[in-house]
Amino acid sequence: MKDYEVIIGLEVHAELSTNTKIYCNCTTEFGADPNTHCCPICTGMPGTLPVLNEKVVEYAVKAGLATNCEISRFSKQDRKNYFYPDLPKAYQTSQYDLPLCEHGNLEITVGENEDKYKKNIGITRIHIEEDAGKLIHDAYTGDTLVDMNRCAVPLIEIVSEPDIRSADEAVAYMQTLKSILEYLEVCDCKMQEGSLRCDVNLSVRKIGEKEFGTRTETKNLNSFKAIHNCITFETNRQIEELENGGEIYQETRRFDDVKGIGYAMRAKEDAHDYRYFPEPDLAPIVLSDEYINDIKASLPEMPHIKKERYIREYALPEYDATQLTTSKYVAKFFEDTNAICNNPKAVSNWIMGDLFRMMNEREIEISECKISSESLAKLIELIDKGVVSSKIAKQVFEEMFESGKNPEQIVKEKGLVQISDENAIKEMVERVVLNNPQSVADFKAGKDRALGFLVGQIMKETKGKANPQIVNKLLIEILNK
Amino acid sequence: MELYNLTLTEIAKKIKDREVSIKDVLDSTFKRIDEVEGKVDAFITITREEAYKEAEKLQQRLDSGEDIGVLGGVPIAIKDNICTNGIKTTCASKMLENFVPIYDATVITKLKEAGAIIIGKTNMDEFAMGSSTESSYIKKTKNPWNLEKVPGGSSGGSAVTVSGEMAFAALGSDTGGSIRQPASYCSVVGLKPTYGLVSRFGLIAYASSLDQIGPFTKNVEDAALMLNVISGYDKHDTTSANIEKKDYTKFLVNDISNMKIGVPHEFVKDGVNEDVKASYNNAIKTLENAGAKIVDIDLEYAKYSLATYYIIATAEASSNLGRYDGIRYGFRAEEFNDLEDLYNKSRTEGFGEEVKKRIMLGTYVLSSGYYDAYYKRAQQVRTLIIENFKKAFEKCDAIIIPTAPNTAFKFGEKTENPLEMYLEDIYTVPVNIAGLPGISVPGGFDRDNMPIGIQFISNSFEEEKLIKIAYTFEKNTNFNVEKPNI
Repeated sequence: MKDYEVIIGLEVHAELSTNTKIYCNCTTEFGADPNTHCCPICTGMPGTLPVLNEKVVEYAVKAGLATNCEISRFSKQDRKNYFYPDLPKAYQTSQYDLPLCEHGNLEITVGENEDKYKKNIGITRIHIEEDAGKLIHDAYTGDTLVDMNRCAVPLIEIVSEPDIRSADEAVAYMQTLKSILEYLEVCDCKMQEGSLRCDVNLSVRKIGEKEFGTRTETKNLNSFKAIHNCITFETNRQIEELENGGEIYQETRRFDDVKGIGYAMRAKEDAHDYRYFPEPDLAPIVLSDEYINDIKASLPEMPHIKKERYIREYALPEYDATQLTTSKYVAKFFEDTNAICNNPKAVSNWIMGDLFRMMNEREIEISECKISSESLAKLIELIDKGVVSSKIAKQVFEEMFESGKNPEQIVKEKGLVQISDENAIKEMVERVVLNNPQSVADFKAGKDRALGFLVGQIMKETKGKANPQIVNKLLIEILNK
Repeated sequence: MELYNLTLTEIAKKIKDREVSIKDVLDSTFKRIDEVEGKVDAFITITREEAYKEAEKLQQRLDSGEDIGVLGGVPIAIKDNICTNGIKTTCASKMLENFVPIYDATVITKLKEAGAIIIGKTNMDEFAMGSSTESSYIKKTKNPWNLEKVPGGSSGGSAVTVSGEMAFAALGSDTGGSIRQPASYCSVVGLKPTYGLVSRFGLIAYASSLDQIGPFTKNVEDAALMLNVISGYDKHDTTSANIEKKDYTKFLVNDISNMKIGVPHEFVKDGVNEDVKASYNNAIKTLENAGAKIVDIDLEYAKYSLATYYIIATAEASSNLGRYDGIRYGFRAEEFNDLEDLYNKSRTEGFGEEVKKRIMLGTYVLSSGYYDAYYKRAQQVRTLIIENFKKAFEKCDAIIIPTAPNTAFKFGEKTENPLEMYLEDIYTVPVNIAGLPGISVPGGFDRDNMPIGIQFISNSFEEEKLIKIAYTFEKNTNFNVEKPNI
C-alpha cells in the first residue's frame, strides 16, 4: 500500500447563479414543478436559436480571475453531440479547444496542527456549458419522464491538473474552490441540490515511476464525504487489482455513497465519440482588456484576505479565522452576530463547535439553518449575564437549532433559568451534606473526588440549573465549618 | 386578366387604394389554387379558412383608415420548414408530419406585421435536402412548364406557387441553391440574401452556417419589396447582422452604366447545357448593351465548393437533426425494446433515404480521427473560396453565372445517380459557402421551352447592386412575362 502513490485530477461542475438560463430567458430557479421553467429554445424545438447570456461570461471570467487563470480574448462554443432523453437538442453546447479561462492555480491548505502543509494545484481550464435536464423514474408505472427545467442552466466546468495526491488534498481543493465561488457569488454551491459537483479522475503508480497509470473517472460526486470515500475506495481497489496481478481499465464509474462502493458504468470501448465541432449558431466570444479589467476591479474581498483581517481586527487565532472565513455565509453569520454581542471569541466558539457539529450531522449549509445571528448573540448575552449556565446554554442552542425559536423564549418555556439565589442553594447544600455523611467524611479525609460527587447531587436535583460557582463556594464553606 | 395574374406590387396597391377587396383577392387566388393545385401538388397545407378570417380583420382595419402594411392583404405561401404558430410545419418529413409549432419564425412575424396573409405551406425536399423536391415524404410537386418534370428544389413547392400564380410571392430557404435553382427551373425570380441579412430564427435548420431565407416573386420589383419586409437584425438570431436597414425599392432603376460585371469563363466552360450556355452568353450581351463593362474574373477555387458543401452541410445536419429522436415530439416507432432501440427505429422509420444518407455522411466527417481530414480541411477550403470572391469583387460589382447547368429534368432521371443531381448545384453552392447574396432571374428557354435562369452574385450586404442589375436585365429581356400554360 505505501509503495503506491495516487494521482488525482478533479473536474468540478458549478451551476452559475444567473437569474436566467444560458441561451434563453427562462428562470434558473430550483425546485419548481416539472417542465414549468422551459420554453421552445431550452427544449430544443425545431427552428429555435440560442442567444448567449452575457452574465454567464462575466461569472466565468470572475471564477477564472479568482483562480489566477489567463482569460482568453477570443474563445468559441462547440457542440458535443450525443443522444440522451434529458438532452433535447441531442448536443450539449460547451467549449472544446478554445475555453474562456486557462492556466490557473489554487493554493490549498491540507491537514491540521504540525501536519499542516500548503500546496498549489494547477487549473487546466474553466469553460462554460449548459446543463442537461433530469430523468424521473416513476416506480409505480415504470415510466421514465423528462423534466426540462434544468436544461440549459449555465455551468462552468473547472478542470484541475493531476496534481492532487490524496483524498484530503482533494477535499481541501474542493473546499477552497467552493469558498471562492461563494465569495464571488457566481454559484450558490448547494452540493445537495447538485449545484456544485465533481468527477474524480484517479490512477495509481508505484512510487518513483514516471508514467501515470491507467485512470478511471468517477462521475457526479456531490458531498465532501462522498469525494473522500470514493477516493479511498478507488485507490484501494486499483492497488489491490494491481497487487493481484490484475489490470486497470480506462472506464467511467459511479460511486454509491450509501453502500460505500463504486462500480463501472461503461468501458472505454463504449465511450461516446462526441463529434465536437464549432457551434455555428453562436458567434465567437471576443473580450476586451477593458472588460476584463472592469471585472477584476469588481472582485469582492477573497477568503484569505478576510482571514488576515479577522486575526487583526478580532484578535482571533489563525485556526478560528480560517474556519470562519472558508464560507462567505459563515463569515457573514459571524460578523452579524458579533456586531450585536461584541464577543468575537465566544461567537467563534459557538460557530466552530456546536453549530458546525450539528450542521455536519444534518448535512446542511448555514443558509439552511434556522438559527439567526440575533438569537445566537442573545444566547451569548444570557450566558454573560449569568441567566443560564454554559452547560444549559448548549441545551438551549440545540433547541434553537431545531426550532428556530429565540433563546429567551426557550429558557422561559422550559424553566431553564439558572438558580443563583444563595439562600435557596444554601438550603440544598445543607440537605445534601446531611444525607451523605460518607462523602463528607471522605472529603474531610482529603479525598477531593467526594466534592465532585456532592456538587453532582445538587446539579441532579436542580436539573443542572444551579449556578455552579455558587454551589462550589457554599459547599466548601459548609464542609469546612 | 384575373387578379391572380397581377404582381405583388400591383395587387398591394389595388388593395390599398380599395379598388379591390381583400376577399376578392383571396377568391381569385383560391380559384386559381383549385384549378392548378391538383395538377402540380405544390402545397402540403392550405390554410384557406384562417386566410379568410385574417382577410376580414385586415379589411376592417383598412376600412377604418388604418395603414395595414406594405403587403396588406396579399396572399403569400411559405416553405414548410419555416415555423408558423398553430400551423403544421412538416419539413416534408414523416418525422414531423404532425408537428405544430407553438411560435412564429421571425420572418413570419415580419410578414404578418406587413399585412401579408399566409395561404399555405409548400412542399420541399425532406429537411431541404435535395434539388428536385422528389425527396419529400408527402408528395411530388410538378413543374408547371412540364408536368413530367421536377420543379427543382429544395424549395420546389414555393417556386411552383409563384410560377403557377397561386401566390403573389413565397418564402423559401437556400442552403446550397434551394431558392435560386427552383426559381431557374420554374421561371420566377429567386433571391438568396447575404448570410445574416434575414433572421433564421424559426427556420428549421438543415446547415446552420449556410441556411438563409429568401423570397420567390414574379419580378425583381416584388423581390425588392419582399426583401424590405423580411430583412433586418433580430436579437433572437446572433448570426444576423446588426446593420442599418436599406430600402431596396430605391434601386429599381434601369441603369447599369458604369457597373462592372465579372464573367468567370473557366468555371462555366464545361458541363453546361448548350441552350443554357447560349442564354448565358446572350445575358452577358444584354448587360453589355445596357452599358455595363464586362470583365474577366477567375474563381479558381469555386470548383471545390460542392465537395466543401457536402462536408460542412452534412456535418451540421448530422448535429441539427439529432433532436428528432422520438422522445418529445414528432414520429416515434410503435414498437421498441429499450431506449437505444427507440432511437434506432424512430430515426430509421421517420427519416427518408436522402436525409439518412446525409446524416451518416456528416456523422462520419465529424468522427474522431476524421475531423481534421474532412471537416477542418473543408473549413480551410471555405476560407480560400471566400478569399477568391473577395479578390473577384475588387474587379467587379457583380458576377454573372448560370443558375444551374441544366434545365428541369424528368422525375427519377437523376435519383439513381446522386452525384449528377448534386452537380445541378455547382453554380449556386459557392454563393452559400462564401455567405454572399445571389439572385436568379428568368433568362430564356431551352429547345423544349423549359425555363433557364441567370444568376447575379454580389459582395456581402450589397443586395442593392443585385436589384439594380436584375431589374435592368428584366426590363431589357422580359422573359418573366411568359407564363406556363396550365
